[in-house]
Amino acid sequence: MSKKTHRRLLAGAALALSATLGLTACGGSQDPSEAAAKGGELTIWAWEPTLKKVVDAYEKEHPDVKIDLVNVGTGNDQYTAVQNAISAGSGGPDVAQLEYFAMGQFELGGSLAELNEFGADKLSSQFATGPWEGMSTDGKVYGLPMDSGPMALFYNATLFKKYNIEVPKTWEEYAAAARKLHEANPKSYMVNDTGDAGFMTSMIWQARGKPFTTNGTEVDINLNDEGTQKVTKLWQPLLDDKLVAPITSWSDEWYKGLGDGTIASLVTGAWMPANMETGVAEGSGDWKVAPMPQWEDGGKATAENGGSGLSVLKDSKNAALAYDFLEFATVGEGADLRISQGAFPATTKDLNDEKFLNRKFDYFGGQQINKVLSESSANVVPGWSYLPFQAYANSIFNDTAGKAYISNTSLSDGLGQWQKSLETYAKDQGFTTK
Amino acid sequence: MAITTLRPATTRGRGKLETPSQPKRNLLLTIVTGIVLVYSLIPLIWLLINSTKSQADLFSTFGLWFGHDFNFFDNLTRALSYDNGIFLRWLGNTLLYVVVGAGGATLLAVLGGYALAKFEFPGKKAVFAIVIGAVAVPGTALAVPTFWMFSRLSLTDTPWAIIIPSLISPFGLYLMWSFAKDSIPSDLMEAARIDGASEFRTFWQVCLPLLAPGTVTVLLFSMVATWNNFFLPLIMLRDSDWFPLTLGLNQWNSQAATAGGQAIFDLVLMGSLLTIIPLIIAFLFLQRYWQSGLSAGGVKE
Repeated sequence: MSKKTHRRLLAGAALALSATLGLTACGGSQDPSEAAAKGGELTIWAWEPTLKKVVDAYEKEHPDVKIDLVNVGTGNDQYTAVQNAISAGSGGPDVAQLEYFAMGQFELGGSLAELNEFGADKLSSQFATGPWEGMSTDGKVYGLPMDSGPMALFYNATLFKKYNIEVPKTWEEYAAAARKLHEANPKSYMVNDTGDAGFMTSMIWQARGKPFTTNGTEVDINLNDEGTQKVTKLWQPLLDDKLVAPITSWSDEWYKGLGDGTIASLVTGAWMPANMETGVAEGSGDWKVAPMPQWEDGGKATAENGGSGLSVLKDSKNAALAYDFLEFATVGEGADLRISQGAFPATTKDLNDEKFLNRKFDYFGGQQINKVLSESSANVVPGWSYLPFQAYANSIFNDTAGKAYISNTSLSDGLGQWQKSLETYAKDQGFTTK
Repeated sequence: MAITTLRPATTRGRGKLETPSQPKRNLLLTIVTGIVLVYSLIPLIWLLINSTKSQADLFSTFGLWFGHDFNFFDNLTRALSYDNGIFLRWLGNTLLYVVVGAGGATLLAVLGGYALAKFEFPGKKAVFAIVIGAVAVPGTALAVPTFWMFSRLSLTDTPWAIIIPSLISPFGLYLMWSFAKDSIPSDLMEAARIDGASEFRTFWQVCLPLLAPGTVTVLLFSMVATWNNFFLPLIMLRDSDWFPLTLGLNQWNSQAATAGGQAIFDLVLMGSLLTIIPLIIAFLFLQRYWQSGLSAGGVKE
């Protein structure tokens, strides 16, 4: 090679090299750990109280990173704020906490960053089924799960003993127990329900119903499938015979009712112990946890109720750094920090950890409740999906299906009305329905 | 000067002498006033009693009497130190909004009311009509348009989003106009001007002291409105570091409605008690001005 060509080749190589360096400098480092080492600023919108310590720990490990953790509201308030920021095109965070049922709304809107490019898809085995499926669609990962809510039966053991009621293992036994309890003490009810979309969808989930399917922009809603019918057949007699306490969950009367024996049990997610320890303090020692009642003898199916994860917004200018934080908070040191503060894990390693499983809860009379909850997590029925507008759907539940709780409308008719309203809404939003 | 004849106090044949300083007792009125008093005081008493209870006692003991333990001071220290003392930060925020917002509103209302009452200028009737019209519009109807406006100015989620709207008080302006009209004799102002005082000096040294009762009334009104303001901060603020006490207590309360959240009803009650104390103190100290301010304009001089 002549000297000239040699020099030209070198110059060409140097030019190509500097061009790629320049490009990476423009786009930011694509490697999360490199981004963390370089430093930067992150804004995180989350209401999860256990995250504060995680943020502190992360900042300590990465002194060049500054994180602003803001609580803009829980649940729907958060989603409204995030949606407003996305529509306005500015003012939004880099990372947002999203419950699993709200993921669809933001995924379909194209507002979330796909995390596969950072290697998120390799983490699938580290998370429990329900949460992992909640944060990914068709193999594309849009967030990492933080906590989960596998369901179980929380019951007032003292009250059960008083009225000689056996812990129900099937839903048939559960309905019979509800009847026995209310006859023995008309002031006591097995459970409360005034119409709760989250509860109803979780019940249908456990019954292996699949009312919501999304295929791109096609949305199918079938609130009359086999699983849904099972649930309405069980629940209707309870409503008709007034065996269900007319108390709304999360209200003051609800907390009072759990403590004074008006409400004898709850079928809800694994995050409930934290609420009970502070909100139903006078019930300490009375309550215990049992597996969720089953549809078949010896069955093991369960469902999830609630739980949330962290997602990176597409508009974020620090996506790689944000992802590094996500990993820290959900599978790294941050996960341990949160679990030690009482969060219920979504990671399989922690769900099977000896210390975690053997922990005795004073509130539940020393019972090792994590064993029950962890097993529930492993038995979650796979393949469930929510609607892309589930937050909206849940908000109109009481207007439609909720009628079954206050009038003579049957629950299955009420659910039919819910389906109709949702189909109309879907069409208005530009989806196609069958 | 007219000679007035004193009319002898009559006894009306019922025994007790009725004089202006000792009005006749009216049983019905006393009972009705008593009922209103009880109705007004019961929530206060309930708050006082229940702020001494622990979380467990709140749901299991009688509402109008004390619980098993007396947890007042424990609740107090916990409320002030919870979440790194965020309550004190919220208190500081509220004081900021009230001092700057309500104080500023009073100042503007006094200046505006004085000008409307004592000066003639073109368009005065139009200004007056707009102000009275504005009083009729409820604050909640304006909250969302105000949000959009501030969003364009990138002022949302800052203290200015609370302070600037608080500076506008049409009701205060109307009150001061009415009060200034009746309490400042025009002759006094003329005399001051003839003596060579500038307009500002006339206002500051001659008229302002006369306006004191009305000023205090407007100040109290604005203080209460800004201290209790919930809807405006709810719309404008995202960062809980800038919350006023109303919004902060609401956030504490909604912790109980969060999956896996820590219910802190006892701190909410203690925080509520602490929140109303400054207002009560302000009212007790300034109530004589309140009384005289309300009756202003009732008697022509």
